[in-house]
Amino acid sequence: MYDVQSVYQAKSVQDAIEALGKDERAMIVSGGTDVWVQNREGKHAGLPFVSIHGLPEITGVRIEEDGTLVIGAATCFTDITASPLIQRHVPMLGEAVDQVGSPQIRNVGTIGGNVCNGVTSADSAPSLFALDAQLKLQGAMGERIVPITEFYTGAGKTVRAHDEVLCEVRIPKESYEGVYGQYIKYGKRNAMEISTLGCAVTVKLGNQKLVRVRIAYGVAGPTPLRCFEAEAELVGKPVGKETACLAADLAVQAIRPRTSWRASKEFRLHLAHELCTRAMEQAMEKAGGKIND
Amino acid sequence: MSVGESITRVDAVQKVTGQAKYTADLAPKNVLYAKLVHATIANGRVLSIDGGEAEKVNGFVKLVTCFDVPKTQFPTPGHPWSVEKAHQDVSDRTLLSERVRLYGDNIAVVIAQSSLAAAKAARLVKAEYEEYAPLMSAKEALAHTEHPLHEEKPDNLIAHSHFTVGEESYEQAKAEEPDCLELVKNYQTQTVQHCHLEPAQSYAYMEGDRIVVVSSTQIPHIIRRIIGQALSLPLGRIRVVKPYIGGGFGNKQDALVEPLAAYLTTVVGGKPVMVELSREENFTATRVRHAIEFDTRALVRRDGTLIARKLSAYSAQGGYASHGHSIVANSTAAFKQLYRDRKALECDAYTAYTTMPTAGAMRGYGIPQSDFATECMSDDLALMLHMDPIDFRLKNCVQAGYKDPHTGITFYSYGLEECIQKGKKAFHWEEKRKEYAHQTGDIRRGVGMAIFIYKTGVYPISLETAGARLTLNQDGSVMLQMGATEIGQGADTVFSQMTAETVGITEDRVHIVSTQDTDYSPFDTGAYASRQTYVSGMALKGAAELLKKRILDYAAEVLNRPAEELDIRQNNIVQAKDGDVLLALAKLAEEAQYSLKHSVHISAEYSHHCTDNTFSSGACFAEVEVDIPMCRVKILRILAVHDSGTLINPKLAEAQVHGGVSMGIGYGLYEEMLFNEKGKPLNDNLLDYKLPTAMDSPDMEVEFVQVEDPTGPYGNKALGEPPAIPPAPAIRNAVLNATGVAVDSLPLSPQKLFEHFVRAGLIKEEQGNV
Repeated sequence: MYDVQSVYQAKSVQDAIEALGKDERAMIVSGGTDVWVQNREGKHAGLPFVSIHGLPEITGVRIEEDGTLVIGAATCFTDITASPLIQRHVPMLGEAVDQVGSPQIRNVGTIGGNVCNGVTSADSAPSLFALDAQLKLQGAMGERIVPITEFYTGAGKTVRAHDEVLCEVRIPKESYEGVYGQYIKYGKRNAMEISTLGCAVTVKLGNQKLVRVRIAYGVAGPTPLRCFEAEAELVGKPVGKETACLAADLAVQAIRPRTSWRASKEFRLHLAHELCTRAMEQAMEKAGGKIND
Repeated sequence: MSVGESITRVDAVQKVTGQAKYTADLAPKNVLYAKLVHATIANGRVLSIDGGEAEKVNGFVKLVTCFDVPKTQFPTPGHPWSVEKAHQDVSDRTLLSERVRLYGDNIAVVIAQSSLAAAKAARLVKAEYEEYAPLMSAKEALAHTEHPLHEEKPDNLIAHSHFTVGEESYEQAKAEEPDCLELVKNYQTQTVQHCHLEPAQSYAYMEGDRIVVVSSTQIPHIIRRIIGQALSLPLGRIRVVKPYIGGGFGNKQDALVEPLAAYLTTVVGGKPVMVELSREENFTATRVRHAIEFDTRALVRRDGTLIARKLSAYSAQGGYASHGHSIVANSTAAFKQLYRDRKALECDAYTAYTTMPTAGAMRGYGIPQSDFATECMSDDLALMLHMDPIDFRLKNCVQAGYKDPHTGITFYSYGLEECIQKGKKAFHWEEKRKEYAHQTGDIRRGVGMAIFIYKTGVYPISLETAGARLTLNQDGSVMLQMGATEIGQGADTVFSQMTAETVGITEDRVHIVSTQDTDYSPFDTGAYASRQTYVSGMALKGAAELLKKRILDYAAEVLNRPAEELDIRQNNIVQAKDGDVLLALAKLAEEAQYSLKHSVHISAEYSHHCTDNTFSSGACFAEVEVDIPMCRVKILRILAVHDSGTLINPKLAEAQVHGGVSMGIGYGLYEEMLFNEKGKPLNDNLLDYKLPTAMDSPDMEVEFVQVEDPTGPYGNKALGEPPAIPPAPAIRNAVLNATGVAVDSLPLSPQKLFEHFVRAGLIKEEQGNV
């Protein structure tokens, strides 16, 4: 039993926006794998809920004419991992969301919820940062597109307005074509785990040199983050272990992990270096890079 | 023949189809729900409670606070009652408490018409406190006694015990053996929780002036006595019913919410009231495993002979005594039982109240803690001596015929050395130790092992008594009622097998009544220690022999032949000498019931006062791969070899070992309850409390060494708890072998490994920009 005033199943995104607009206390829910757990703890108690669960217009993966890969926000993790488009163009994302919770969670939890929840430990976030994801939000005032790097404003906080619905996660063609990546999640166990630290790296190679690099972290600060300075410095560097290590040296300069009971700052910093080194090596290898010892 | 066969569990189909009924399934539709209000400080006193807001919640029925309940203090542990005052359990509980002794202590309870309304109202209850500093370890609690947790124990010390083995002291031995090497170590184990699937729950209602409590418990008869003590009611007015339960592991060998449920029905006119704990409450408001710290010293000769040991064990009890000092007393006994000090063993044990969740019984009853200490110590000594750890153990471990010098418990059926040898061979121990001797690089492998000894029942420390009842049905099948409880371990199945074996019928003719109801079930103290197949098995064997005799006496009458010439085999009365079938048991049973000449209801009831005990033992072997930069341990292989006497059901025995090894892996690598500096739990849920998942569990290999135990009713002895004991130190020793790093506290979590690897120079610390 959950402490709710009501749960309204919206018929469309527009319907959801209107329902949210009618009551400023109304809260949006999709898969419910975060919201209902929080409700059980007494949070959002007695509120009216607007469910966008399973709305067809925001479910599924497709490619637009210009090559933009579009993931409907209400697509569950299991379907993302199983999508042939994801497997062909951004396999790292399918692998990343396959590390969320358990099979049961992945069958209902959605990528939109993972992002909108606003937490730094979201398993999809580092990969989406490393793939230059754009988020399409729809509200009473119309649509807008927000780069994921500008979406998070603090722990559990995003730029999404109360009556806005995240509809699409969009990945531009140039961000995945010829781009290879690796996400490494660090947890204390191999399933049912919240990330202690996560690192995603994407690379594009030319003549065994880096022509494009993205390094992103989860749980290395209050929000997921990109290491822009490190990325810029790495362009033009040759494929190899040395570059992977340099990438990690540079990347850790950009992060601000903190000590919590889950892990100390020092341990997270160490992991950030190790994970980046390994993710960079693996991404370069996937891109056809020759890594010698 | 039935004993020794791997028959399917008698409750398997019911459990997998959802037919089996658990406490919550049985609650009547009109049941009221009670929700506890928990203190939000770890140490102090409740000054006032305000339920004004709570009362406004729709469905609210009643608020009961710590100021309303009887002041009667009662004990909670599931021990047989001692008629000697000196040996009685500590009575330090009230139903709700004004004195707050742990974060989450029960200070009030809301009764409402639904669980949701009860939860909502409970959140709105406000309390004011006087607050004292938390006391988070045994040593800390012994050092800070300004506000003792219980008036009766002004030093926060529940008990101190001391024993020695040998004629001389450790210091004398040390003086005599100047050439000896000495190892000084502090080993620590953490607080873990049972995490049975079904959280603690009970509901109670009244029938006339009697109170009926239906509960998820391991010990219905003991619970009946405790409720009587808590409510100052004669025991005859209390009835406890135990249906199927979703695991216990010792947590439910304690009165958890039963006395409160029984009390609450009396304040609402006898209506049914359910007290159902959430997972979070199950972590903090039930019981946990004692965190024990061991300060140890050991002396060895250079040839590996163990000369003497001296240790002090500090056990953190939590806010209430529960099983109290029994745990650490049992824990330290393993030092004397598992190894032979040639000259001296000195042992002190302390149990102190702390402002932590109350510790109680948990699978292994203190032995997983001390086994971590003894087995780390053996490997640390072996390393110091440049000796193979198995050779060290074989030179110093317990031998055949061992008799405990204090309790007289005897190792009647000794299989330890064979367990070690069997595991050593199966694990290719010598080759692996050689292969892993000189590794470099980030990824390293190692093998380690640990041994243990474990007594089967609780005699002579406590009473061992059990009862069984068999009734012959008119179709020749039998009804079996045990006081002993099925808690998931397979007790009902092995009892059915024992009955079939001794009576001479097939298992399908045995119908076991799984539910215990104190109104009609035989008496038994319940599922704890590793006692039931041993102690309750003795009672059952007695009942089955008696039933068989009565059947044969009646058969003798019907067949007009001496009973001595007859036997029962395969559901038939046969001629004993050649097995020739004389009469179907079904025919005889029908005749006995309905005979116009001589109608007899054939049944047998037997109680057994067990005055014996015996040791089980075994060894666990682990092979690990350590990813040093990632601070992670992967178990490549784990093998448990058990000396548990004759197996009643080998498949169930193997499953028992799987569960125990899994628990041991959690203890070794993952599980620990964490608290902030105010004593508030941080990870009281199954996301943050890291039970190993299927993805973390390797294939578990199991071997047995079956030495028939002459005292076991069917040659059997303990297996329930032992599998959980040695995996953690075996894994720790494998990590030591792989990396050269000795971790002396549990668990070997990534954060801890990081700190150890930095200290050992295996990891260079990052500077970053912070």
